[in-house]
Amino acid sequence: MKKKNVKCAVPFFDTVSGGEPKVRDKTVLEMSNIHKSFHEVHALQGVDFFLREGEIHALMGENGAGKSTLIKVLTGVYSKDEGQIFLKGIDKPVSIHSPQDAQRLGISTVYQEITLCPNLSVAENIFIGRDSYGLLNWKKMNEGAGKILETLDIPTTPTQQLASCSIAVQQMVAIARAVDMDCKVLILDEPTSSLDEQEVEKLFKLMRDLKKRGVGIIFVTHFLDQVYEVCDRITVLRDGKLEGEYEIRDLPRLQLVSKMLGKELDDLSDIKAAVKIEKKENGGALFETNDLISNAGIKPFDFYIKKGEVNGFTGLLGSGRSECVRAIFGADHVVGGTVKKNGATIKIKKPIDAMRNGIGYLPEDRKVDGIIGDLSVRENIIIALQVMKGFFKPFTKAEANKFADEYINLLGIKTASADTPIKSLSGGNQQKCILARWLLTHPEYLILDEPTRGIDVGTKVDIQKLVLKLASEGMSITFISSETDEMLRTCSRLVVMRDRKVVGELKGDELTQNMIMSTIAGGEK
Amino acid sequence: MESKKKQSAWITKLAGNRIIIPIVALLLLVIFNLIMDPSFFKINVGYNSAGNPILSGYLMTILDCGSELVILAIGMTLVTAATGGQDISVGAAIAISGSVILRVLCGTNSRPETLQAPIIVAFLISCIVAMLFGAFNGVLVAFFKIQPMVATLILFTAGRSIAAWINNNELPIISEPSFGYFGGFIPGIPIPTPIFIAGVCIIIIALVLKFTNLGFYTQAVGINESSSRLNGLNPTFVKFLSFVILGLCVAVVGLIKVSRISSINYSVIAKDIEMDAILAVALGGNSLSGGKFNMTASILGAYVIQFLTTTLYKFDVKSDALSAYKAVVVILLVVLSAPVVREWFAKLWKNIKAFIAPKKEAEAK
Repeated sequence: MKKKNVKCAVPFFDTVSGGEPKVRDKTVLEMSNIHKSFHEVHALQGVDFFLREGEIHALMGENGAGKSTLIKVLTGVYSKDEGQIFLKGIDKPVSIHSPQDAQRLGISTVYQEITLCPNLSVAENIFIGRDSYGLLNWKKMNEGAGKILETLDIPTTPTQQLASCSIAVQQMVAIARAVDMDCKVLILDEPTSSLDEQEVEKLFKLMRDLKKRGVGIIFVTHFLDQVYEVCDRITVLRDGKLEGEYEIRDLPRLQLVSKMLGKELDDLSDIKAAVKIEKKENGGALFETNDLISNAGIKPFDFYIKKGEVNGFTGLLGSGRSECVRAIFGADHVVGGTVKKNGATIKIKKPIDAMRNGIGYLPEDRKVDGIIGDLSVRENIIIALQVMKGFFKPFTKAEANKFADEYINLLGIKTASADTPIKSLSGGNQQKCILARWLLTHPEYLILDEPTRGIDVGTKVDIQKLVLKLASEGMSITFISSETDEMLRTCSRLVVMRDRKVVGELKGDELTQNMIMSTIAGGEK
Repeated sequence: MESKKKQSAWITKLAGNRIIIPIVALLLLVIFNLIMDPSFFKINVGYNSAGNPILSGYLMTILDCGSELVILAIGMTLVTAATGGQDISVGAAIAISGSVILRVLCGTNSRPETLQAPIIVAFLISCIVAMLFGAFNGVLVAFFKIQPMVATLILFTAGRSIAAWINNNELPIISEPSFGYFGGFIPGIPIPTPIFIAGVCIIIIALVLKFTNLGFYTQAVGINESSSRLNGLNPTFVKFLSFVILGLCVAVVGLIKVSRISSINYSVIAKDIEMDAILAVALGGNSLSGGKFNMTASILGAYVIQFLTTTLYKFDVKSDALSAYKAVVVILLVVLSAPVVREWFAKLWKNIKAFIAPKKEAEAK
C-alpha cells in the first residue's frame, strides 16, 4: 500500500528533478551576508545560509532570532537591506522582490498560519494564481487536484470548500499546493504545529520523498524530536546572527538548545526535577462543574480543581478539551449545568463574569482570540484588568506604564518599547504579553490553552517553570497542551477526553505516556 | 546636536502619525490662499440687520459652516472605528431631528405667533428621537450583524419621507428670533454660535475620551472583536453605543441646521453631508475598515473639507461644478495619504537624512 503511494507521487515530482543530479555542485541555494533591519531593530546581521540538493535542513533559533525574517527575505515578502542570494544554475545573484518572483525561481513556502482562501474550494486553492490555469478549465483543474490529493493521501475532495476542512487538512492542502509547484527549494515554516502524529508522519514521508528527488527543504520547527527525526543538517540563528551550521550527528540535542539560547543550559531535565505540586487530598475544590454543557458540541462534563493544583485536559485534536475550558470561562454559550466556587454556585454567562470570579483564560488561538494586533503591548497587557476596573475608571498613563514595564521585565518580553504594536512582536513574545495580561488580574484560577504552541524551546521552558512557580504560590492552573511530555512535566492530574466526552482521569502513578495513550484509545492496550 | 536629534526623532514620529495628513492638507490650502489672495484671511467687523457687531470673512465662514461637519465627524469616527463601516443615514436623520424640533415648537400650527414649547424641550425631544434612530441602526449592525452601509441604507432611503411626515408635509416657519441664535449670532457676541457649539462638542468628546475607556474599548472591538469579548468586553454593546452617540451628534447638527433658516426643506437639508463626514474620517488618516482612530485628525479633516469648499467658492467656482473640483482635490489628498505613498515618503525622508548627515559631520570637522 505504501509503495503504491510513492509510485503515484512520481508524475508530480518528475518535473522537479527531471535532469540528472549534478554531483559537481550540490548547493542549491546560497544566501550570504544578509542584513535586514526594521526601524532600530536589526533583525538579521550578516547571516549566511547554504542549502544543498536533496537535504532537509532545519533552521533553528529562539523567538526573534531571525528565522521568520530570513524566510521572508528569501520569499520576497521583505526586501533585504544588504547581501546576496544565489540559486543553482543562475550565475549572478538573483533579486527577489515579491513572493511571485520567489515562486518563479522555484522557491515555494508553506507558512505556519494557513494562508489560503477559506471561501474557495480545495482545487481552487491548489491552483489559484498559477499561470497555466489563467484560463479556467474547471474539469481539468478538479481532475488535477484530485490526483494530487490522492497522491498525498489527503482526506478531502477537490470540490470541498476549504473552510469546511479541518485545520490539519487545510495545512495539508497548503503543502500540496507548494510541492505541486515546480520547486527546487521548499520552505516549511512550522508546518507541523497543528497536525497530529499520524499527519506529521505522512508529512515526513512526503518530505523524504521530495528529498530523494533532489529538492532542498528548509524546515522551521520548534519540535526538537522532529528535527532529529527527519533533518540532515541544522543552521542555528541567535539574535539575528548566524550561530553555526552543523551536521545533525555532530550536534546532540543538549548542545542544540544551548546554542539556541546562547548559554550552557541546565537542560529541559531540570524542569522534570522541579518539585511537582502534589494535590492535597483533603482540600476542597476551588472550582467545580456539574454537568456543564455549552453549545459548542461537548457532552456535559464534571470537573474540579483545587487550590494550588495544576491539572490538564488531554485528548486528540478536536476531542473537546478547549471547548470544556471555554465553557468554564463563559467563552461559549453555556446551556446547562452549574459551576461552583468554594462550594457556592456562581453564574458565569459571559467572560466578564468568570473574570470577576477570579478566572483567567489564555486562549488556544493567539491570533484570533488573544492579541489585539494594532494596539500597543501596553494596552494589550492592561486590557483585562482595565475592563474589570470599569468603563469610567481608566488607568492613568503612569499606572498603565508601571503595569506594562513591570510585566515586560518580569516575563522578559522582548519589545522595542511598550508602545510597539503587539502584532510586530514574535509569536512567543506575543504569548508572554497575553500571559502578562492575565497575571496582572491576579486570578485564583488560570486556564492556559496551548500556551506553548508555536513558540521556541527557551520560552516553553520559561512558561512551564512559571506555571509550577505560580501553583506553588497557590494559584490553580489548568494546562492544556498537544505535547504530552509537557503535560506530564507540569500536571499532577489529567482529565482525558475522547469524542467530546470526558473518558477518564489520571493521577499519581498513572501519569505515564502509555496510560494516557491507552485511555485516549479507550482501554485497548 | 542633542536637540537636533530630538527634533528629527520628533519629525520621524510625526511622519508615522496619521494626523500629518490633515495638517499637511490644511497647510497646503493656507499657502495656496496666501499666494493667490492674502485678503482671504482678513476678518472684518460689520453689523448685521439687527444692528449687532459681527465678525465676517472667509475664515469665519469656514469655522461657522464647518461646525456641523465637525460634530458629525466625531460620531462617524467612533462608528467607523467600532464597526469597520459607516453610517450613510446621517443626512436623513438630521432631516428627521430638525423636523421634530420644528414640530414641537410649532405644535399643530405651522406658522405659530409664539413658540408652543421651550426650545430646550424641543431639542431634548429631538435628541431622544435621533438617538432612537441611531439605536435602530445600532441594533441592525451590532445585534443582527448586518453590514453598516446596508443597515443604514434603510434610514437613508426612508429618512426624508419620515421627516416630511412628522410635519404633515408642511414647511413650518419660526418667527421667534431667539430660535435663530443657534445657527446665527447671539446679540452682543460677534462670533457665530455654531462655532461655540462645535467647540463644546470637541471639549466634551475630549473629556469623554480622557476620563472613560470609550476610545480604548472602541478600538479594541474594532481591531479584534473575538479577543475583546474574551477580555470581558461586550462588542455588541460597544458597537450599539457608537451609533447612539452618532445619533446625539445628529440631533445637535439638526438644531443648528433648522436654526440657520428658522425653517426646513426636507429634500435639501444636510444633503450629502454623510459623504463629507465619512471623507473627514478618511482624511484624518483613519482606516475606514475600523480599529485605531485619531479623533483630532478627524476633526481637522472636517475643517479641511470646509476650507476647501470655501476656497472653491471664493474663486467663483460655480456651485454645480463644485463637486467636480472637490473630487480632484480629494483624489490628491487620499492618494497622498495612502500607505504605499506614505511609505515611499518615509523612505525618501530617510534617504535625505542619510544624505545630509555625512555632510554635516564633515562640516563639523
